[in-house]
Amino acid sequence: MLLKITNLHASIKGKEILKGINLVVNKGEVHAIMGPNGTGKSTLASVIAGRDVFDVTEGEVLYNAKNLLTLSVEERAREGIFLGFQYPVEIPGVSITNFMRTAVNEIRKYRGLDPMGAGEFLKMMEEKKKLVEITSNLTNRSVNEGFSGGEKKRNEIFQMAMLEPTLAILDETDSGLDIDALRVVANGVNKLRTSENGFVVITHYQRLLDYIIPDFVHVLFEGRIVKSGGKELAMELEEKGYDWIKQQL
Amino acid sequence: MGSDSNNIIDAYTSGEYKYGFHTDIETEYAPIGLNEDTVRYISAQKNEPAFLLEYRLKAYRHWLTMKMPTWPHLEIPPIDYQGIIYYAAPKKKKELSSLDEVDPELLETFNKLGISLEEQKKLSGVAVDAVIDSVSVKTTFSETLAKHGIIFCSFSEAVKNHPDLVKQYMGSVVPYTDNFFAALNSAVFSDGSFCFIPKGVRCPVELSTYFRINAANTGQFERTLILAEEGSYVSYMEGCTAPQRDKNQLHAAVVEIVAMKDAQVKYSTVQNWYPGDKNGKGGIYNFVTKRGICKGSNSKISWTQVETGSAITWKYPSCILLGDNSVGEFYSVAVTNNYQQADTGTKMLHLGRNTKSTIISKGISAGRSNNSYRGLVRISKNAVNSRNYSQCDSLLLGDKCGAHTFPYIQTENKSSIVEHEATTSKISEDQLFYCQQRGIDTESAVGLIVNGYAKEVLKQLPMEFAVEAQKLLSISLEGSVG
Ligand SMILES: Nc1ncnc2c1ncn2[C@@H]1O[C@H](COP(=O)(O)OP(=O)(O)OP(=O)(O)O)[C@@H](O)[C@H]1O
Ligand SMILES: [Mg+2]
Repeated sequence: MLLKITNLHASIKGKEILKGINLVVNKGEVHAIMGPNGTGKSTLASVIAGRDVFDVTEGEVLYNAKNLLTLSVEERAREGIFLGFQYPVEIPGVSITNFMRTAVNEIRKYRGLDPMGAGEFLKMMEEKKKLVEITSNLTNRSVNEGFSGGEKKRNEIFQMAMLEPTLAILDETDSGLDIDALRVVANGVNKLRTSENGFVVITHYQRLLDYIIPDFVHVLFEGRIVKSGGKELAMELEEKGYDWIKQQL
Repeated sequence: MGSDSNNIIDAYTSGEYKYGFHTDIETEYAPIGLNEDTVRYISAQKNEPAFLLEYRLKAYRHWLTMKMPTWPHLEIPPIDYQGIIYYAAPKKKKELSSLDEVDPELLETFNKLGISLEEQKKLSGVAVDAVIDSVSVKTTFSETLAKHGIIFCSFSEAVKNHPDLVKQYMGSVVPYTDNFFAALNSAVFSDGSFCFIPKGVRCPVELSTYFRINAANTGQFERTLILAEEGSYVSYMEGCTAPQRDKNQLHAAVVEIVAMKDAQVKYSTVQNWYPGDKNGKGGIYNFVTKRGICKGSNSKISWTQVETGSAITWKYPSCILLGDNSVGEFYSVAVTNNYQQADTGTKMLHLGRNTKSTIISKGISAGRSNNSYRGLVRISKNAVNSRNYSQCDSLLLGDKCGAHTFPYIQTENKSSIVEHEATTSKISEDQLFYCQQRGIDTESAVGLIVNGYAKEVLKQLPMEFAVEAQKLLSISLEGSVG
């Protein structure tokens, strides 16, 4: 078992957002999370990543059988958790190359490895750029600064490829992508998929799930997972809308 | 940067370095306090020619009529000018027998800066076995310079060997009447650097005080004079990134640069004097007057500074743009943390036609520090078609620090354009979270973000300086967030 969330409650500024989430992700699985705006999808992602503006008031999160909630954000990242941001942040003056080199080496240090040499690192960058079909000099530019919406998302997938996480949470990585970019992002994910890692893909569109075939689809509604099923659930949602879910509650 | 310079730096840094190339001179101090006798004593100790003693005395007498400036945005504790020893003859530093005897905190900082073991020993005064004789390194260096007719020596040596140049130019850019600290320096300066680049010569190496003979003893009242003859070029580096401690609290240096027609001078500084402890105890007061004159047409002077040290910094590297089409540049990163105070900036005085100046200032404040940019851009009536672009950014870490901007703009003609932009920003929680989520801890994240912020300035530094300066920025801000 990779991730086990039990009865997770989390709030921000006294307002409860997550109201008892239960979710199990095993190695090799892809889970899709869908649900209306403002129901707590990004909050769930942030809480798993350890963002401290959210208070966990109840529940448990185990990752590789370890209590995740006691670890800092960077420790979780170094343990192999990656979050593809819904709204990637700009860091002016810091090139992606430099940013990734710092990240890769911090993670290596945590794992008791020596820093990666410049040559080896650049080679790895080239490989991963190919994987997400980045041909431009995007990686010489400052992190997300002046990037188009699609470039920002592609950059998130590139970073995921660089860091080779065990658990990747992709928060609406498909939003704002044109058809070609969507295919590229999905291909990237599929190539990185192994029997050893897991993905949680947050999306509003069934379309993405044509490319990344999920093992499970969950519907998050008002802070709870109210329905789970196979990939056909996504089709059904697309067809019937969220009112259908509401009626069932 | 030329290959000569690379060779020398290689030789210098990869090999071991023999500490202490001064002959053993018995230490002699001037009596405590300042009066005409002190000034005469200093001049006599250095066997100076009459004109220099005369100059010092005039400066001293003028200083008596002056008061410390009160306009900076600084809280300066009272300074007892009669409680200072103004001159100590060069003294051999006490040699320690191994690094074990060195302050561990200092060693930790050296390690973070990536300074080699041998270099660490040198900087902390540990005796080092000689593998490469330091004298031979210096000789290679001097020979390279001599071949081009470049003079690079201590100020005292220049007084001895090139008195005419000193007499002609000393005080020509920063007269002793300029300000309180310049007057004080002119009266009691101990030593410093002198540099002369002949006509048409492009200095093939970065000139660094690091290589200069007797560099260890520049003292608290340093004096530098750089003369760039027609069509010449020189890049000059001052200071070092390793933390520098000094028992003297008051430092008042003067730097003068003269650039003739078509000459270019690039002056880079990394200042990392002891800033005091976390509670604001101790630390150096750094009151510096730096000014260059673009005397000939098409000349150019660039100041680049990275200021991380000192308890109090008062410093405005400036350019007088006298020659037509001359260019002045000022690139600055000033970091203040804990209780540090900095009031720094520049003056660009446009006198010639078509003169251009650029000011890029990046202030970074953390802790309970205060960081001010103060700049003057004056475009005189005759400086037609001149341009200035100023950009002054402040970055705040935490909410107990202060950032202030005092831009003064005076334009006396209509054909010139002055642009001023200013921003204030904070490191956002979103940026930190983004970095942390990639496995980067808070301190490294702050270092990364701050270096990105300062990039425009850092890229102006010579390569080997830039890498160290980057590390220095991160280290200076440790513990300032989270
Ligand atoms: N920093 C914050 N401060 C206050 N409220 C917040 C904060 N972050 C999230 N919330 C609130 O928490 C709720 C859930 O937000 P969240 O971003 O998790 O929704 P979402 O399901 O990802 O929505 P979307 O599909 O629009 O991305 C919303 O009501 C939102 O306003
Ligand atoms: Mg969201």
